[in-house]
This record gives sequence, structure tokens and C-alpha cells, in this order.
Amino acid sequence: MPQTQHVGAERDRVDGPAKVTGHARYAAEFPVDGLLYGVIVTSSIARGRITAIDLDAALAVPGVVQIFTHRRRPESDWYKHDFSDDVAPPGQPFRALYDDVVHFSGQPIALVVAEEFGIARHAATLVKATYQAATPETDLQTVAHYTPPKARNGIAPPPARRGKAGDAPLRVEGEFRTPFEYQNPMELFAATAVWDGDDKLTVYDKTQGVQNGQNQLAKIFGLKPDHVRVVSHYVGGAFGAGLRPQYSLFLSAMAARALERPVRVVLTRDQMWSIGGRPATIQHVRLGAGPDGKLQSIEHDAVGSTSRYEDQQENIVNWSGLLYPAATTSLGYKLGKLDLVTPNDMRAPGAASGVFALECAMDELASEAGIDPVELRLRNYADRDPAEDKPFTSKELRAAYRLGAEKFGWGERNPAPRSMRDGHELVGWGMATGVWEALYVPHTARATLTADGKATIACAASDIGTGTYTILTQIAADALGLPMEDVTVCLGDSKLPTAPVEGGSWTAASAGTAVHIACSELIGKLLEQARRLNDSPLGAAGRDDVVLAAGRLQLRGDPAKFVTLGDALRAGGLDHIDAEGSAKPDQSVAEKFTANTHSAVFAEVKVDAELGVVRVTRLVIAVAAGKILNPKTARSQLLGGAVFGLGMALHEESMLDHRFGRFMNRNLGEYHIPAHADIHAIDIVFVPEQEDHLNPLGVKGVGEIGVVGTAAAIANAVHHATGVRVRELPITIDKLLPGL
Amino acid sequence: MRASSTDLPATIEISLSVNGRRHRLSVRPWDTLLDVLRDTLDLTGTKKGCDQGQCGACTVLVDGARINSCLALAVMKDGAEVTTVEGLAKDGELHPIQRAFITHDAFQCGYCTPGQICSAVALIAEGHAGTREEIREMMSGNLCRCGAYANIIDAIEQVMGEQAKGGARGASRPDERTAR
Ligand code: FES
Ligand code: FES
Repeated sequence: MPQTQHVGAERDRVDGPAKVTGHARYAAEFPVDGLLYGVIVTSSIARGRITAIDLDAALAVPGVVQIFTHRRRPESDWYKHDFSDDVAPPGQPFRALYDDVVHFSGQPIALVVAEEFGIARHAATLVKATYQAATPETDLQTVAHYTPPKARNGIAPPPARRGKAGDAPLRVEGEFRTPFEYQNPMELFAATAVWDGDDKLTVYDKTQGVQNGQNQLAKIFGLKPDHVRVVSHYVGGAFGAGLRPQYSLFLSAMAARALERPVRVVLTRDQMWSIGGRPATIQHVRLGAGPDGKLQSIEHDAVGSTSRYEDQQENIVNWSGLLYPAATTSLGYKLGKLDLVTPNDMRAPGAASGVFALECAMDELASEAGIDPVELRLRNYADRDPAEDKPFTSKELRAAYRLGAEKFGWGERNPAPRSMRDGHELVGWGMATGVWEALYVPHTARATLTADGKATIACAASDIGTGTYTILTQIAADALGLPMEDVTVCLGDSKLPTAPVEGGSWTAASAGTAVHIACSELIGKLLEQARRLNDSPLGAAGRDDVVLAAGRLQLRGDPAKFVTLGDALRAGGLDHIDAEGSAKPDQSVAEKFTANTHSAVFAEVKVDAELGVVRVTRLVIAVAAGKILNPKTARSQLLGGAVFGLGMALHEESMLDHRFGRFMNRNLGEYHIPAHADIHAIDIVFVPEQEDHLNPLGVKGVGEIGVVGTAAAIANAVHHATGVRVRELPITIDKLLPGL
Repeated sequence: MRASSTDLPATIEISLSVNGRRHRLSVRPWDTLLDVLRDTLDLTGTKKGCDQGQCGACTVLVDGARINSCLALAVMKDGAEVTTVEGLAKDGELHPIQRAFITHDAFQCGYCTPGQICSAVALIAEGHAGTREEIREMMSGNLCRCGAYANIIDAIEQVMGEQAKGGARGASRPDERTAR
């Protein structure tokens, strides 16, 4: 990029003022005339059939307008469509109020619509369903485990086994478990649907993919896609929960259509457990190594949970064949069907769970071999992708280990467990490696420049708190030679240029490149106009010879030769100029290279020697993720990832009562996520990494990488502090106390 | 005895001053202050994250003290002075805490932010928190799933430091929190 005044520099979030003043409107906050309020009633059983729903009392409440159930809903073809969406896994997606079958506890079975929220909420308590209940199966340990017959799009099944198991001198082996976790963004899922006649629909939705929702609604209701508009300017967090359209979207649109009035449906916090979450896993890791710690074999098998009706899949084990070379590599992945809602992708899906197990096992191997954990990883460093025998587009993981270790003071570590103490607390230091894919996907964007020198950037991407508004502003400001204040970025509206769902850490690279190209195209078009002027000073200039700066299109080497924006536009009789840009990944790059982000995570814990209470007093995460567009917002994403990983390590667990197939702790008081008091010093170190292959910006994305490895580093630190290995997350007092 | 479920409870007239503007409202006894702010007054800056007192997203100042507005019935606050996040900026000038939140990038999605900000304003006025540890402890009712905690504490610490230096006290030191 020629001018980089803003890209790469710390910049305040451009949506900051809207967010700190309360003026940013989220899905449930768009005022609409004649609005009705929908409250969902959920099933109390996990498996079986609804035999009857008694609505008499609820319908008798004044102000109740309608109650929808599977027997009281518009007779239509809507349900003939498959409800699939751009990121659906193989299977039959859930259709709310379709029939009497109950697939999971907490399934929506009725929608009460009333004139006031309070009335709907009250009437919903009066709905009484009776069931023919079957025994639910929700124990991943005891159900059958199978290889999914159809792979999920974008999720590679484990590669074939390489080599045969030998008798390595050093062996470690363990079973690791991770629980059901839920994204629990602070904003509740919500949708407000407004029909204009019976063929035009607008929904204000909470989503990571406005066009994914748009396409789903268009299919279900048989509408032209451009007659459906899904708007989501601000998203109060999502972490993967908003990748697939949630049932609030369909229910609001269905009710609004039937009642010919706008309807808003907001989930309760309790109902946020019925929209996905991170699948539980049971994993076995076996490592074999020589006395020098060099890995000879890596075996990693995982079982992940899914629902009965869909095969949700994630990449849990492939990382183990990617991070370290070994002559024997055996990776396995199976699913177990449970009577629960289909899980979805939760921040760093697969990697968060799988790398936890691998990196804890590596720590065990380091202890076994008597080798420092960082040194063990350096001895097993993969300079090429061992699984596919390809070079990496870039990989500065070695530097990440070094810089992270320096920042943390790792060199002072006494390797013996229980060797450090601070008063009544045992102190432990642990580390782990983190890895995530560096994804770059097709994306489009439009740039518009008006005669007054103001630019608008538009694409249908979402900013779920990641900073997309800000980095796109920076990229456009640099490309168009404008101050950031003169650039407006429009996102989260399905009528804008095509964007995929916002996930996988690909948005910065993909949307960013699309904006960069759109701006470049725009300058090209402007140059065409400028050259039409009589005696144009740019008459002989080509696209690469000019830059736009301060409202002048000027020769790169000779700024005195210029045409003003106004003159160029006037030459063409235009009041504005616009251009679209597309990010198009080059297939040959993917064939030739493997692209990943990497991190080295270092953790200090203090464990109360008698009570077993764990505090994470320091975290250092050194991240190699290519070019960092905005260190301020990128750091925040990584801090957030670290906090997410800390929650995974110590707090988060949705607890099932298998008798009822029901999660017991469906609220933020009992499903613990980190609070202010849990968070102490966190340092983010950006490791310089030159990325030349992946995309023109050299960007890799930082949304997930902060999560990966963090739980393992904390678990390893807990072992160092206490001598106790906890292989089942979260690391709670009950698991530590017996060993203290 | 339970009233017949088919009767709606009658509405009750209350008066609320919100961000300096007095409103006469007729509310049902079950309407929370949070829902009245968001749905009736269209002050959607105050967020609903759980509706059961567990997240702090709905934090507002009532007579200077921070409360979870989802746990307060509007009828209990008849006559109260309420300040929401929309009322903190004066004449287009952001409140120092709002400015510090932007400078320190103390939010990502922004959904917990109004609650964090109102809570921080009250925390400073309460005058009990001195150290970072104390700020953390006393802000722990405000969850942030984006994990902006470190930056939030930086923002609060900065403003507390400036106010201490400037000798400025919190606008008003609220009374101990008591139920009205
Ligand atoms: S909405 Fe009031 S505490 Fe969560
Ligand atoms: S900024 Fe997203 S929850 Fe705090």
C-alpha cells in the first residue's frame, strides 16, 4: 500500500462515540410503529412428543393477540423449505413450531404475541404443554460414536494415519475432557420483523451474517432475495452464536406476516442455551518421544457432541498433525448424537478444545523428559506443515516463543512443581502453543467518493465488536488520501455488497482487501475522468502512476501535476464516483502453502494451598498474525480471547442433568464467565511477521487466536503450582483439593 | 389469593425524571424500570443482558446510586431522578469516563458498555475504590463477554487519577444504597 498513515497505527474505534453514549442501536432497539412483542415458550422435556398445549388461560389475557404453536400457525408451504443456511452442517436444520416432535429441552414450542412485553411474558407462563416423553440421551460417554458420513463444508476430516506405532522410549498418555460451553454474548438474541405488504420484509436481527439470514428468509417465504432486508448495524457480541440464523429470526417474520403487524422476539438468557454452543469433547492423546524429547508419534482421538438431527463438525485433532512433526501421526474424530440442540461454532471452534489436550500432553512430556516446555516445542518445531508437507505462508512462532518468554520472565522458572510460593498461595508458571487458520475468503465492497471529498465504504459484513468499522475506515482513508473523519463505513445491511458470515477471523483480511481494491478501482475510474480534461496534467498517467491525496489526483513522483477531485468529476459530468472491489483468494496459494496464525501463551497462577482457589495473576500472549492493521483494536480482540480462554480454563461449564436431558445452570449467576475480579495482568505481544502470500494486505486475523492455547497454559501452570494434573475442564476446586 | 389470571393489573401513574426531563407515565406494576426506559421512553442505551440481576448491562443511576434497572419495578421509583448513559454527556461534551473508554478501547461490541460506564461513574462518586484491585472488585457486577476488563480498569483509573489531581469530587456523593 502506498500511503500508510492510518493502517498499522493505533486508532480509536470509529463507532466509539455511538457506543459510549448509548446511541448505537442493536437488534431489539429499532423503534417501530404498532409493534407487538413475542415471548417464546420452551419445552420442559428433552425428547418425545407434545400431546397437547393448553392455551385457554393464556389466550384469555387481555392484550394477547395470538399464540402460535405447531398446530396454530399459518398453513403454508414455508416449512417445505429445508431451513438450511450458508453455514449449516449436514442434516435437517431445526424448524421452530414445525411439528410435535421435541428434539431438545428448551425447544421453542409456542410464541405468545401481545400488545405489551409484560403481557406476553405473563401469558407465556400460563401456557401448559403436556408431553409423551421418551428417555433422553445426553451423556457423550455412553452414546454410540460414529464417523460422520458426510463431512461439513470447510471442515477437513482428519488425514489418514502415517507410520505405525513404535515403542518410543518416552510415552505420555491421557484422557482430556471439555464441557459444553455457551457463547453467551451480552446481547440477547432478538429480531424485529416488519412486512411491507406480503412480499417485502425487513428484519432487524442479531446476526453475524445479514445475507445468510436474508437468503434463509427468502427461501422459506418464497420471496425475491432483494425483497428481504436484514439489518444488523451493531451486534452485542456473538462469538459464533450468530453465524447461523437463529429461530428468533424466522419466528418474528412468521408472526409478523400472519398478524400483519411488526413483531419483536427477544430470547431470555435461559433461552440462550437453546441456540448452539461449544460441543463437549472426550479426547485421548498419546505422545511418544525419544530421550531428547523429539516426537516419534502423535496420536489424538476426539469425540465431539452433536444433535440427533445435524452432524455439526469441527476441526479438533488436525492441529496435532500440524503443530509438530512426528513419523507416526494418527488422528481420529467421531461424533456422538445427543438429545440437545445442535452445537455451533464457538470462538476458535475445535482448536480451543483440541489444542488444549495436545498442549497439556506436551507439558506432561516435558516433565517426563526433564526438558523445559519451551525448549521441547523448539526441538519439535515444524518449519513446514508436517501433515501436507508444504511451506507456511509465514510462521514466526519461534520468535513468539522467544518474545513471550522474555516478556514473561520464563527464564527464571524452577521446573519443579510446587517450588514457588507466595504466602499462602502456590505459584505456578505454564505455557502452551496456540494456532488458528489464517483464512482469506471471497468478499466484496463498494467505495463511493463525492465531490465534497467524502467517502463511503459499504459491504454486508458485520462488526460484532471486532473493530471492522474502524479498520475499514483506516484502509479507505489511506487508499483515498483522506482523514478518517471523511470516511463513513456502512456494514450490517443485506442490501450492501456481498459478504460471507463474519467468522473464522477472516473478515479483516477479506473485507479489508475488498475495500482496498474498491478504492484502487475508484482511483482508476477517477483517472479516466481526469484524463478527459483538455491538457490534462495526467494525460499520460497510468493507474499506478497516480495517488489521491487531499482531494487531488496527483502524479506519484511529481505532486505538482494534479487534477482536483472536483475537476475530474466535472469532466465527466458526475457528482460522485464509485467502484466495487472483490477479494478473490488465489487457489494456487492454498495449494502451495499452509496459512496459520500462531501464538505462545504464558500463564502465572496462584493457587490457595489449602482452599484450592485458583487465580490467573499474569498472562502473556505473543501472537504472530501477519500485519496488524490497528494495534489498539487488535490488542483488544486478543485480550478478549485471553479472557475467553481463561473462562474456559477455570469457569465455564454447562451442567447437564442426564435424567432430564436438561442443562441446570442456564443463567449468568450459575454459568460462570470471567468477571472484573478474575482478570489481572494480561500482556499482548505482537510478533513482527511479514506475510507476502495470503492477501495483498498481509493480514491474518486475530479474532480466535487469543483463545487457543490459553486454557492449556493455565492448566500447565496449575500443575506447576500444585503438582496436580487436571485433564478435565474447567479446573475447579473440587478437582484440585484431593491432590493438594 | 391469586387474582384471576385473565385480569390485567391496572396501570399506575408515576412520575420519573430521566436525564433531567420529567415524564408522567402510566405503567403496570410488573413493568421494570429497564423496560420502561427502553420500550416506553425509547432510551435504548440501557441494555438488557439477562433481565435477572446477573450481568449489570442495565445499570443506571437512580438518585445518584447505581442499580440494576431490571430488578427495579418502575412503580418503586416514582419521583426518582434517573440518569442513563444518554444523560451523561453535557452539551455535546462527553463525560470524562466516556472519553476514557474511547481512549483506552474499553469495549468491543459495546453492549455492556453503558452499564459499565454508569457503574464506573457511580463507583468514582462512591469514593470507596482506591486501588486497581478495589476497582475490579467493585466493578464485578458488570460482566463483559468481549473481555474488555483490563481496558475498562485502565479507563476508570485514569479518570479517578485526574479527578484526584484536579481536586474535583464526584458530582454528588450518593447516600448508601437503600431501597426506596
Ligand atoms: S439486565 Fe439487569 S442485570 Fe442483566
Ligand atoms: S464490550 Fe462486548 S460485552 Fe463488553
